[in-house]
Amino acid sequence: MRKTKDLAQLQAIARGVRRHIVEMIGAAKSGHPGGSLSAVETLVTLYFDVMNHDPANPGWADRDRFILSKGHAAPVLYAVMAECGYADTPIDKLNTLRQLGSVYQGHPDRRFIPALEASTGSLGQGLSVAIGMGLAARLDGKGWRTYVVLGDGEIQEGQIWEAAMFGAFHKLDNVVAIVDYNKIQLDGFVKDILELEPLADKWRAFGWQVVELDGHDIAALQKAFAEAAATKGKPTVLIAHTVKGKGVSFMENNPKFHGVAPTPAEVEQALKELA
Amino acid sequence: MAAKAKFELKLGPATREAFGATLVELGRENKDIVVVDADLSKSTMTYGFSKEFPERFFTCGIAEANMVAIASGLAAAGKIPFASSFSAFLLTKGFEQLRVTVAYPNFNVKLVGTHSGISIGEDGPSQMSVEDLALACSLPGFTVIAPADAVAASALVRAATAMLGPVFIRTGRVKVPVVYAAGQQFEIGKAVELIEGSDVTLVAHGLMVAESIRAAEALEAEGISARVVDMHTIKPLDREAIRRAAAETGAIVVSEEHLVDGGLGVRVAQAVAELHPCVMEFVGIQNTYAESGTPDGLLDKYGMRAREVAAAARRALARKK
Repeated sequence: MRKTKDLAQLQAIARGVRRHIVEMIGAAKSGHPGGSLSAVETLVTLYFDVMNHDPANPGWADRDRFILSKGHAAPVLYAVMAECGYADTPIDKLNTLRQLGSVYQGHPDRRFIPALEASTGSLGQGLSVAIGMGLAARLDGKGWRTYVVLGDGEIQEGQIWEAAMFGAFHKLDNVVAIVDYNKIQLDGFVKDILELEPLADKWRAFGWQVVELDGHDIAALQKAFAEAAATKGKPTVLIAHTVKGKGVSFMENNPKFHGVAPTPAEVEQALKELA
Repeated sequence: MAAKAKFELKLGPATREAFGATLVELGRENKDIVVVDADLSKSTMTYGFSKEFPERFFTCGIAEANMVAIASGLAAAGKIPFASSFSAFLLTKGFEQLRVTVAYPNFNVKLVGTHSGISIGEDGPSQMSVEDLALACSLPGFTVIAPADAVAASALVRAATAMLGPVFIRTGRVKVPVVYAAGQQFEIGKAVELIEGSDVTLVAHGLMVAESIRAAEALEAEGISARVVDMHTIKPLDREAIRRAAAETGAIVVSEEHLVDGGLGVRVAQAVAELHPCVMEFVGIQNTYAESGTPDGLLDKYGMRAREVAAAARRALARKK
């Protein structure tokens, strides 16, 4: 696969991934466009630059691990893995999302895509799973790292904070969490449902290294992941400030597009904007 | 096993103690064995493992949900994690995690619940697990085991470790009668016929196996020939042993230290309905939570004794005619 550190190339890949997301969810007539679009740069930066992985050898024991804990954003993961060239995620089948028999299940399911590290969809659990992986890597004296993307609404789940406490206590510096902080959850704005602020202070109080950044700024993501890799003795969380529905004007910051598919006309409009 | 073997049923170690001792042996044999616990290691008996292999033991604090999902991550990365707590907490506080991070991806996690049933005694119903088998059996792909004594517990913990896939093993707090001689072989999914019999079959798991043996001995004095079957594997069920029991004895009593709703009894009844309908009776906890008391006092009060098993057998025989 074509790994790169080049910003223009990564931005072009991100644009292509956004087009896939809109087309897939449009074809499926259901799904979660907003939270898929907000996480695009995070996943593109990880899969095309930061992570050690080999799409031709998905079972490579020393690969870095990735968990999409906010499993409803499955389309961004499918599109990124398809662009990477994983055999389990054929690019010409992306538009079968959510159809009976498709490998592209509504939420990531490793029965259908064995290259996935975990099956997700029930919120709040991915950080614990990532920590289990981090413990295993440390026990084996291996240098591979585990990355887990959390939703902002997701971290209202108590298990996240059980895991946060555990990860810092065990000094798991091989685990990196990314909060896709797009400020919107299903029922509306996070601040109106259950406010997370002061979010960075919460993670710091739990013993994590915190990096706040613009989650659509690929250079900032590259720098933050490097800082995480250089941080010893504690896990790192990236609080990635993002825009729900990023890249499609009528979806941006619009709670409606948390879990509603675009109409054919809206797909057409979105693809024009993402051309 | 010989038809007229005499069972002494002397009090032996608790099944949780056998689990703890076996875990240490397994730790010596296989460096991929890791243990997670939730601040109960001195009760679940994972403490011995934690002392010998501190680098492979992780207490999660009082956070069972996190513990189960950490075990999932460890298994995903090739470890053989044992996650242990009281059954009451492991299966309820960790259930959603068992469903999504263990059963659904079919990861190789071994769950050992201790302090199962009402025989934990004085701590009372919040700590008693009477619904764990119903919950564990509801998980697709799970293997569910409830050993009768320490010999069975040790052998079945080993068998669970040797197989690939998620397993729940139900153990108890109190010392239980010795049913098996050292060296008895066990196969997951294969029931053990302890006593031959032709009039009625007494099926049980856990400490109700010894009570069923005592019931069979009492029935024999009345001229009733009772077969006793240790159904140590609740899932997958040994359907052939059940079919034979139904066909050959025509009456089955299932006894368990668990709610009659959703335990072994209903699973056996389903198999009987499908394979060879016959008269059945059930001994178990009846739609209630128990209370504080001594283990023996509770087993007496809630009907978990040979007396109730024998009475159920007599009812079944009366209906059979």
